[in-house]
Amino acid sequence: MIGVDGPASRAVTPVGREVTGPTAMGSDPRRFWHLAWTLATTEFKLRFFGSVLGYFWQLMRPLLLFAILYAVFVGILDTGGDQPFFGVALLLGIVVFQFFADSTGASIKSLIQRENLVRKIDFPPAAIPVSCVLQALFNFGLNLIPVFIFLFAAGGKFYWRWFELPLILAMLIVFVTGLSLLLSALFVSFRDVEPIWEVVSQALFYGTPILYPLSLVIDKVSLTAAQIMLANPLAAAIQQLRHAVVDPAYQSPGQIFGSTAGDLIPIGVSVLTFIVGALYFRRMAPLIAERL
Amino acid sequence: MPERTTSVPAVVVRDVSKTFQIPRDQVHTLKERALHPFRRAAHHEFAALRGVSFEVPKGGFFGIVGRNGSGKSTLLKCLAGIYGADGGAIHIDGQVSTFIELGVGFNPDLAARDNVTLNAAMLGLSRREAKKRFDAVIDFAELQEFTELKLKNYSSGMMVRLAFAVMIEIDSDVLLIDEILAVGDAAFQQKCADKFAKIRKSNRTVLLVTHDMGAVQRFCDEALLLEHGRVVASGDPREVSDDYLNLNFSEAARERATATDPSEDQGASVGDGRAVIEGVRFDLPELGEAATVLPNGARTAFSMRVRFTSDVKDPIFSVVLHNPVGLALLTASSGLDDEPAGDFKSGDVVTWTVNFNNILGPDRYTVTPWVMVGGGELLALREKLSSVVVTRSVPTGALIDVPFEQSLQRELTLDAEQEKTQ
Repeated sequence: MIGVDGPASRAVTPVGREVTGPTAMGSDPRRFWHLAWTLATTEFKLRFFGSVLGYFWQLMRPLLLFAILYAVFVGILDTGGDQPFFGVALLLGIVVFQFFADSTGASIKSLIQRENLVRKIDFPPAAIPVSCVLQALFNFGLNLIPVFIFLFAAGGKFYWRWFELPLILAMLIVFVTGLSLLLSALFVSFRDVEPIWEVVSQALFYGTPILYPLSLVIDKVSLTAAQIMLANPLAAAIQQLRHAVVDPAYQSPGQIFGSTAGDLIPIGVSVLTFIVGALYFRRMAPLIAERL
Repeated sequence: MPERTTSVPAVVVRDVSKTFQIPRDQVHTLKERALHPFRRAAHHEFAALRGVSFEVPKGGFFGIVGRNGSGKSTLLKCLAGIYGADGGAIHIDGQVSTFIELGVGFNPDLAARDNVTLNAAMLGLSRREAKKRFDAVIDFAELQEFTELKLKNYSSGMMVRLAFAVMIEIDSDVLLIDEILAVGDAAFQQKCADKFAKIRKSNRTVLLVTHDMGAVQRFCDEALLLEHGRVVASGDPREVSDDYLNLNFSEAARERATATDPSEDQGASVGDGRAVIEGVRFDLPELGEAATVLPNGARTAFSMRVRFTSDVKDPIFSVVLHNPVGLALLTASSGLDDEPAGDFKSGDVVTWTVNFNNILGPDRYTVTPWVMVGGGELLALREKLSSVVVTRSVPTGALIDVPFEQSLQRELTLDAEQEKTQ
């Protein structure tokens, strides 16, 4: 292979592979996934088995929030109006938002928290925010169980449209992963990303049809306002899920945009977010270990 | 590939440099960036590595030494791919494992079993490989009874042993190790040393960053000395570690230690003032130079300059070297000689010189010279006038290194014994 011809050739011929410094995903995609998966499952197991009430506590958060919001928005304000199963639709919205808030919130400081991985071993840094998304996804899966229980309890039925669920989730995951990558890399250089993001996600919570059905926006404000809101992949995902899973009476984004092509807007935003996040992370990757 | 264990390089580093940009004032907010979009943060640059080149042959055990801040850890991080080098090229042949810190990724809430798997995954093993090595790891760490115990209930010693065992059981082709040899009690240390000896034989390549010159001489085939990011010495580990010790102590010595400056406050003069001790110095006659650092084993000369301010008959010159705990390890005096020194007039200046074989152990010694006359009257004494450092590349731990010869004689062998009884 190398250097067998003698010292002269050895002096110019490189050996093995060149070490060029850190990259976002490392050199081996399998190792990348193995690491992200290991980090996520370890943390998840600890949460889950760490206390006797593990799973119970995990569910309590969205359910308690749901109980309060249900009392206020359905019991008192009745924002749902004539929309069928609005309680379940509300819970679904909360659970989806929880997934969004969990992954982005955990990702922001994740590189700092896992600092010794990035600084002390050859570790693909992108595995860290990705593991945050995975972990939030595990919780999301668990939180979806009570959504379906409530749905059946309220008299909901199985639709063939439920098969849309994976596609909708895929878009959501692409969006959330892009944001998580972007935020975690931004935090390395800009420490005020965290409080800023808190405010932004608060605004998103109210700016997304979670507490109220989108039909309310169409009635009270305008169709255009609803269409603008649906450019947000989070809103589109929740609306499409309500349409596909809870009851077809919830208009799908496609119906609101007036054609199925309208779906491409939130999908496009998701993909764009992912590209921006991934590119920024890739650019920052070589510097993360030095700047932390 | 043919078995050419020593001539084929496993690691080739050519002209590698690394500069860190250190922002002058830490403005780390988006707000600042938004308010002053065109202001570039002021940086000052710190060149951690400047044109470092070396090669490590396959199966080599290579030591990287240097003082704190010399760039050796940065070099290791560049080799590991944690930092990207700014210039030059690094090539490594084979799978690399990096050990800069023990137990990276350890989680205190998990049992040792899970942590071993976790840590092994971080260091580059698959789940199956990690499981396969689990028993070997636990055996090496001697923690068989504690595999299900949560790590937070481990003593720090147990934790370190576990982490070290994981590291040592990973058989990558190239191991990058930073300063983590000194773990565990004496028995465990011995075990690690044995393991290192085994690794040396197993044709794996090891790069070791350390301050421990003993380890460098024991394990390494070759070593490299870094200073201010540059290679200042490389090659034979014995020579490199001597260079390291000189570098290390000469700096400290320049600041504090030794000789020749009587204007210093230290060593305030005591005595009736009929003589003034103007200064002391050490020389290495074989090298023909004044020394601030004295290598153990060398022929050494101590001298002091004394000026008399009145007529003195038969003065006695003495000096004592104390180690940091106050033990006198060398006392020399002209009074032990039968021959009297003679008469001196006011204004005479003399230099008294003592030659000795330096068998002092490596340490810092204070120098206290004095002059007296026969009746016990003290003319001048300057307590702890200066200090001097003695170095030895492999410390024996003894206060003084008495020269010795040794021999070994075989008295009886087991075979002979059996023959006799038959």
